[in-house]
Amino acid sequence: MIKVCAVADLPEGEAFRLELEVPIAVFNVAGEFFAIDDTCTHQDASLADGFVEDDCTVECPLHASCFDLRTGKPNGPPAKEPVRTHSVVVEDGTIFVVRD
Amino acid sequence: MDTIAVVGASLAGLSAVRALRAAGFEGRLVVIGEEKHDPYDRPPLSKDFLAGRQDVADLSLSMPSDADLKVEWRLGQRATALKAQASGYLIEVADAEPVVCDGVVIATGARARQLPDPTGVGPLWGVHTLRTVDDALALRAELVPGAQLVVVGGGFIGAEIASTALELGVQVTLIEMAATALAGPLGEELGAVFAALHATRGVQVLTGVRVEALVPANDTGVDDSDPSKVGGVRLADGRTLPADVVLVGIGSIPNTEWLAGSGVLGAGPGGDLRGGVAITEGGATNLPGVVATGDCAATHSRFAGRVIRYEHWTNALQHPAVAVATLLGLPAPRQSATAGVPYFWSDQYGLRLQFAGHYHPGDVVEIVEGDVASHSFVAVYRREGRPVAVLGIGQPKVFGRWRKQLATDPL
Repeated sequence: MIKVCAVADLPEGEAFRLELEVPIAVFNVAGEFFAIDDTCTHQDASLADGFVEDDCTVECPLHASCFDLRTGKPNGPPAKEPVRTHSVVVEDGTIFVVRD
Repeated sequence: MDTIAVVGASLAGLSAVRALRAAGFEGRLVVIGEEKHDPYDRPPLSKDFLAGRQDVADLSLSMPSDADLKVEWRLGQRATALKAQASGYLIEVADAEPVVCDGVVIATGARARQLPDPTGVGPLWGVHTLRTVDDALALRAELVPGAQLVVVGGGFIGAEIASTALELGVQVTLIEMAATALAGPLGEELGAVFAALHATRGVQVLTGVRVEALVPANDTGVDDSDPSKVGGVRLADGRTLPADVVLVGIGSIPNTEWLAGSGVLGAGPGGDLRGGVAITEGGATNLPGVVATGDCAATHSRFAGRVIRYEHWTNALQHPAVAVATLLGLPAPRQSATAGVPYFWSDQYGLRLQFAGHYHPGDVVEIVEGDVASHSFVAVYRREGRPVAVLGIGQPKVFGRWRKQLATDPL
């Protein structure tokens, strides 16, 4: 388990970027947390910098590919490959990621 | 509706068929596309594809799930006329069977504008425009180390090609009619930042000059062997620049000629189709059952303050879903938070430019993040104090916040 941050430090609609060898982005969508690989599969862009939408997707800040935060799948161009998803655990007010 | 024809098989056409099926349309779906290729992505054509870092397969926009769309693809076929029938429409196709349909999505895009030919030399080898994958392959074959490339037009396409060509070891001269390249879309102040980039990376930049004519190789005194190949570019001031390759990047023309006589009104004066197909924000044309979207369509933009034909990639990605809903009589679909704000990007000399909104002369520029000298900054354009556009280089997060704000601020 990798420690992300305190629940209080990740407000709704925001993202936290875990600086790992392969960076992971953690999102808060309406109080639920999701983790995916941070780098867009289309071009080098950080999805943590993107727009979190109410339908549980994140839109890449560069070229508007939307990834489903639950499955990692893109819903349209230009990305064609999914991003990996990871499990999120909350314990005592702290968010952790379990790499899949 | 039983049959819907989508005319145009690029990003807007593909997005339209995906949106039609997503909206529940279960009838026959025919796509007519002039190019023989499956739908592909054009932005890399001036960048990674031209540089040889991507191949044709990398450009494909198709997904395995597209097989479920049950589309009749008629690729390599050109629509030549749209005719209203007693009920529905007939689309004539060059050298192929016409298509009879009840609904039409016009997504024929645009093509590159060519240089006028005042001296009547006719087409010359070595003169290129860049719009299609075939254009890019032809250009790529000629960008060999040591070649002399003259880029006519200092807009985004010209700038990106100059940047890529330099990487390939080509000697590049860029000619721009205006005093500052990119001053039109970005304003003088920030246009100058990009103009300076060319010069510091080794591109010879000539601004405020007009091209008079292309000169055949046997007329330049450099090479008297081939009258059908380009040898130079003659400027209005009398100079002739030697050129092995010429790239003309002077804008685009909407592919609307096939609609002549159809009754579809254009956005130009008196309904002229050269101004693009006139549509509402929802994509409706003046004909029932006919919508238009993407580069060929023009509509009033609150950002531009006038009717404009936006040719941005994201428009061709997102607007078709809106047009399709209009066609089917459904409510407008949910769009992303920033849809509706004009947005484009450009990659040049290793820098990533992002721009949202619309610049008007007189807008006041403020650097709100980073600094210009380090080529990492966000600049906000304001009109009467209100933000109307934002430009970012290497600052996607801060840029994104401003882009989102433009979506919520009423202009």
